Amino acid sequence: MQQRLTEKIKAGERLQAEEAAALWDLDILTLGRLADLVRRRWHPKPMVTYVVDRNLNYTNVCVSGCKFCAFYRPPGNPEGYVMDQTTLEEKLAETVTLGGSGVLLQGGLNPNLGLEYYKDLVKCIRGRFGLHVHGFSPPEIAFLARETKKPLTEILARLMGAGLGSIPGGGAEILVDRVRRAVSPNKCSTQEWLGVMETAHDLGLRTTATMMFGHLETRAERVEHLLRLRHLQDRTGGFTAFIPWSFQPHSTTLGGTSASALEYLKTLAVSRLVLDNFANLQVSWVTQGAKIAQVALSFGANDFGSTMIEENVVAATGVSFRLSREEIVRQIATAGYDVRQRDHLYRAMETGGGRS
Amino acid sequence: MPEAQLNFTDRELEPLYEKVAAQERLNHANGLTLYRSADLLGVGFLADLVRRRLHGRKAYYIYNQHLNYSNICVNGCKFCAFGKTAAEPGAYEMSLEEIFRKVEERLAEPISEIHIVGGLHPDLPFSYYLDMLRGIKALRPAVHLQAFTAVEIAHLAEVATMNVADTLAALKEAGLGSLPGGGAEVFSPRIRGDLCPKKLSPAGWLEVSQTAHRLGLRTNATMLYGHVETNEERVDHLLRLREAQDETGGFLTFIPLAFHPQNTGLEDLPETTGFDDLKNLAVARLLLDNFDHIKAFWIMIGPKLAQLSLAFGADDIDGTVMEERITHMAGAQTPMGLSRQHLLHLIREAGCDPVERDTLYNVIPS
Repeated sequence: MQQRLTEKIKAGERLQAEEAAALWDLDILTLGRLADLVRRRWHPKPMVTYVVDRNLNYTNVCVSGCKFCAFYRPPGNPEGYVMDQTTLEEKLAETVTLGGSGVLLQGGLNPNLGLEYYKDLVKCIRGRFGLHVHGFSPPEIAFLARETKKPLTEILARLMGAGLGSIPGGGAEILVDRVRRAVSPNKCSTQEWLGVMETAHDLGLRTTATMMFGHLETRAERVEHLLRLRHLQDRTGGFTAFIPWSFQPHSTTLGGTSASALEYLKTLAVSRLVLDNFANLQVSWVTQGAKIAQVALSFGANDFGSTMIEENVVAATGVSFRLSREEIVRQIATAGYDVRQRDHLYRAMETGGGRS
Repeated sequence: MPEAQLNFTDRELEPLYEKVAAQERLNHANGLTLYRSADLLGVGFLADLVRRRLHGRKAYYIYNQHLNYSNICVNGCKFCAFGKTAAEPGAYEMSLEEIFRKVEERLAEPISEIHIVGGLHPDLPFSYYLDMLRGIKALRPAVHLQAFTAVEIAHLAEVATMNVADTLAALKEAGLGSLPGGGAEVFSPRIRGDLCPKKLSPAGWLEVSQTAHRLGLRTNATMLYGHVETNEERVDHLLRLREAQDETGGFLTFIPLAFHPQNTGLEDLPETTGFDDLKNLAVARLLLDNFDHIKAFWIMIGPKLAQLSLAFGADDIDGTVMEERITHMAGAQTPMGLSRQHLLHLIREAGCDPVERDTLYNVIPS
């Protein structure tokens, strides 16, 4: 089986579900080598990109109450907030000063914020501060559509009109309803998540996709998740990158333990091998730390993520790795790669990056 | 060619594969090639070949206890956050009573080794050390005492005004079982001169180790990497150890130690990278063809990397350590203790068979 798998991968042939399932049993070095082979096919030059941005969590008030989340606060909770305009503008100004190219906007499903709020937020970031808006995961958009009783196309068109530049792939967790019902019953379904992305792609918006694994899902369900993404990508070609990371249990309802480094690297490598139509694969230093993230560059990934001028969601679980731009550049360069800063559409930027 | 006909991405590794497959000794130039290679998986593959040949899928671990009896030290090495002068705040020395109490507290646990290291204390008499060993042995007769690095031994010889061989013999008689590998740092004179001029010289370190070997004592060896040393200096260090092992054969395990900058005299240096951590394990496995064991010390590199190390040449993970002050003073952010259950899980998940060992790698039946 390993021989056959290797032949297929070397020939660039698509792996089917049973073949993907067999990948998990390969020894870690072989799996890494195969993923690295595919990475080089996509990116022949030994280069790794990163982006300078900030995660702005405009509100933590959320009616979804997902069991794996330590960040949300239910409506009425005294720790609930909606970011005020002054704070927002300070953060945006700081982002510009620090050389950020954009902002990732993500927040709870807050029933008190209407479409106008979202549009104003986008207009402020894009229009006044000139920053790219990588905003609102599918659950937020689906929620907005439901609350305003407007179709997805209209919501997205309005947001694009206000300056929305791309959509982050959050809220995907595992794209299998059995798992979603168990860990995030109040959030959009698999079909709804895919539906938002499909609509976005059709409107010309690029998006990323993610996967949060290492909780209640099986390895087979991870593969199902990947196959669903691959299928949609075949149709629309709108996904720019895929980012898997492991669930961090501390302070969450779900609890438990987080997946090991080996499981993370295997999942990363399997993702590279299955998602044969995704150009970019990103490591998660936020959940794994710099050491494993750097090693992950040998396991199929070609992007180091963001400098994360700010990050609150994972930090709420007590996992708060932080890396400066200089440190990211050093991690990439000492692994033997050229470094290049990119934008949110995964285009290399002319300035920035460099070698340490 | 390698399994599954996957090529090295660094062609310079191909001739090394030929050598490793034929069990030929690697030379200095080969060592440099390995360190310089950007093909981490390729280097890992080579190391894993050797590891499997020697140990199959076994991954050793030991249930041990660490005692750092004092941090008062006359050496003042620049890379150390642990050592203090007697007057400095935070300086401590444990009384024998305190030491024995620590041992007593854990008598119910199946501890097979007590690992004892400390600073070079200017005043403690030789009897302190002898009484320490005897006292611990009285409490736990079956335990193995891996105590005092070569650096401490040389110091104790001066304290006792005896030669090294007699000092070791006296300590052995009091219960000393083996020597831990610390204090080797990097053998290069440039490094010694810049970072730890007062310390026992490399020749001295090797002499103590080999004297111990001749007395029937096994010892470990280390290399502190990730500070200002060059790849050449790393290879030189490893080859010097290899040479010594060819002569006296008493080294048991090699442990690459990742330098931690916080609270040291080299605070501006960055932490070691995962790439470098794995490289050092793999290169050690490949160059030290006469050392049975390569250990990944998870206190230094974290349990995540230590698990991964098992595929990059390491056959030993240390360990269920409950009290370890030296690296934690220098900023190590790993938990103070891993439970046996968690450790076994990490090992099995890596596709290895966990084997509980004693200090001399005898298997402890479960």
